[in-house]
Amino acid sequence: MTLVLVEIEAGQVNLVSEEAVTFARSLGPELGEPLHALVLGPVDDAVQADCARLGVDVVYRATNPELERYAAAAWASALDQATTVSGATVIVASGSPRGTEVLAHLAARRDVPMAANVVSVTSAKPLHVSRQVVGGAALEEMDLSGPLGLFSVAGHAVEAVAADSPGDAVVTDIEADLTPDDLRAQLTRISVRESVDTGTLTKARVVVAGGRGAGSSEGFGDVEALAARLGGAVGASRVVTSLGWRPHHEQVGQTGSRITPDLYIACGISGAIQHWAGCASSKTILAINTDADAPMMTKADYAVVGDMHEVLPAILEELDKA
Amino acid sequence: MTNVLVCIKRVPDSSEAVTLTPDGRAVDGRYSGYTMSPHEECAIEIAASVAGATGGTVTVLTLGTDEAEEQLRYALSVGAKDAILIEGDPDDFGPRDVADAIAEAIRTREADGTPVDLVLVGNDAADTGDFQVGIRLAHLLGRPVCAGIKQVEVDGDVAVMTGDGPEGTEVYEVALPAVATILEGGVEPRYPSITGRMKARKAPVARVTPSGSPRGTGRVVLTVPAPPPSEVTVLGTGAAAAPAVVAMLKELGVTR
Repeated sequence: MTLVLVEIEAGQVNLVSEEAVTFARSLGPELGEPLHALVLGPVDDAVQADCARLGVDVVYRATNPELERYAAAAWASALDQATTVSGATVIVASGSPRGTEVLAHLAARRDVPMAANVVSVTSAKPLHVSRQVVGGAALEEMDLSGPLGLFSVAGHAVEAVAADSPGDAVVTDIEADLTPDDLRAQLTRISVRESVDTGTLTKARVVVAGGRGAGSSEGFGDVEALAARLGGAVGASRVVTSLGWRPHHEQVGQTGSRITPDLYIACGISGAIQHWAGCASSKTILAINTDADAPMMTKADYAVVGDMHEVLPAILEELDKA
Repeated sequence: MTNVLVCIKRVPDSSEAVTLTPDGRAVDGRYSGYTMSPHEECAIEIAASVAGATGGTVTVLTLGTDEAEEQLRYALSVGAKDAILIEGDPDDFGPRDVADAIAEAIRTREADGTPVDLVLVGNDAADTGDFQVGIRLAHLLGRPVCAGIKQVEVDGDVAVMTGDGPEGTEVYEVALPAVATILEGGVEPRYPSITGRMKARKAPVARVTPSGSPRGTGRVVLTVPAPPPSEVTVLGTGAAAAPAVVAMLKELGVTR
């Protein structure tokens, strides 16, 4: 059976966690059932209903008030306890920073292997998984067999879907017995100042990004204008943030943000592997580049061959006409 | 006085196409060359500024073969004062083994009288992407750890670490000694100066051998998925493509 770590955002199970639960459910009777979940955050009726819809049979609610202020080690202690109570042999988290971090703490506590960014299970018994390595440029088949298999699910490895028949989502309290050591690295405070900037990129429906082809920081005027016109966010390639043309939090890529918009418009970006790692999960990609053979242009759904400084103003003008 | 240890990894440069060795067990970096992750370049920069502000030292460490000295020398040219090479083939060492070996090296160093106050590692290795070595290391050493950190300042016995969280910039105040896993983006790594390069050539690299034998990576095989055939729809050339682009935007329902 499987235990999934479920994260909450704005009072609901977030998308990456829905994907992780969907992934766990797909492991089927051999591994994935019954399906238990530990909720990383408060459990109310809405969260319970989300879990039921996703086919979760038992929902663990961690009641220790110390968990309100985030500490990965403390949540790993709660997850450790839920693992014991549930008798789970497979523990799944989303590949988000929080999911990965808490899972790694559990792996350390139990001294068991952990696989990050899994895209599929290639064998249930013994447990073998396929996971993204080298920023998604290669896949590794990894042997995870042992008493406890821990893995995080890569973003968009599966599409989040509700279960054919809802789970009971019976809420079970976990006390989470914490030691002082579990709370040594506890969140001290959140400075909300940059939250608008850092949050918008990963949540935006539309991202308009510029690369070296923008030419300068001033060259982002049309990128900003189109992003504003479509109600989207501005992104940038690593070259651009390294050159200081745009702030680092706008970087899309392996070491920046991994984004999942409905539409990604890549302007003057060649599309190196590291950049592709950050934008590959976009539903639709439009590339604008003078080089028709650039990787971004051949991997995109739509392409316009041309200088972004000519194409973007024309698109803005056309939008105003419409 | 904060003594900082930065753990780095020699990885194949994967900015171009990734090539595998014939047995599919490793990435072949012979033609692409080798580098270190941007996360680790930032970790070195953070270490240099913490050590500079507190009058402490920066030591750089890696687990690898003789070739990894190239990355250690680079780190020595941009702020590290000495280096430790844990001898071993990284392909044999899983994340648990790497953490074990680093913990052993730290314990040895401290037993010899040099405290290690702050350990910085990259958030994830650019090749194996395991996302766990720093956290395992902290558990082995019995020290607190923060992950995904972009900036660190030390105030007395406390490290103030900041990173991006789901609701904004997060600040963790953690008592030293501690561990942090570093993400690129909070600091600008410096370039080596000529004097830095000269010093790096002469700086000492201590060699140690792990006492235990590695438990392994669990790797069965690597594959590079064939790129899907290009299904791109070219909407046009230059400004003349604008009507087709806008029609596509309308179809997707993203115009307002």
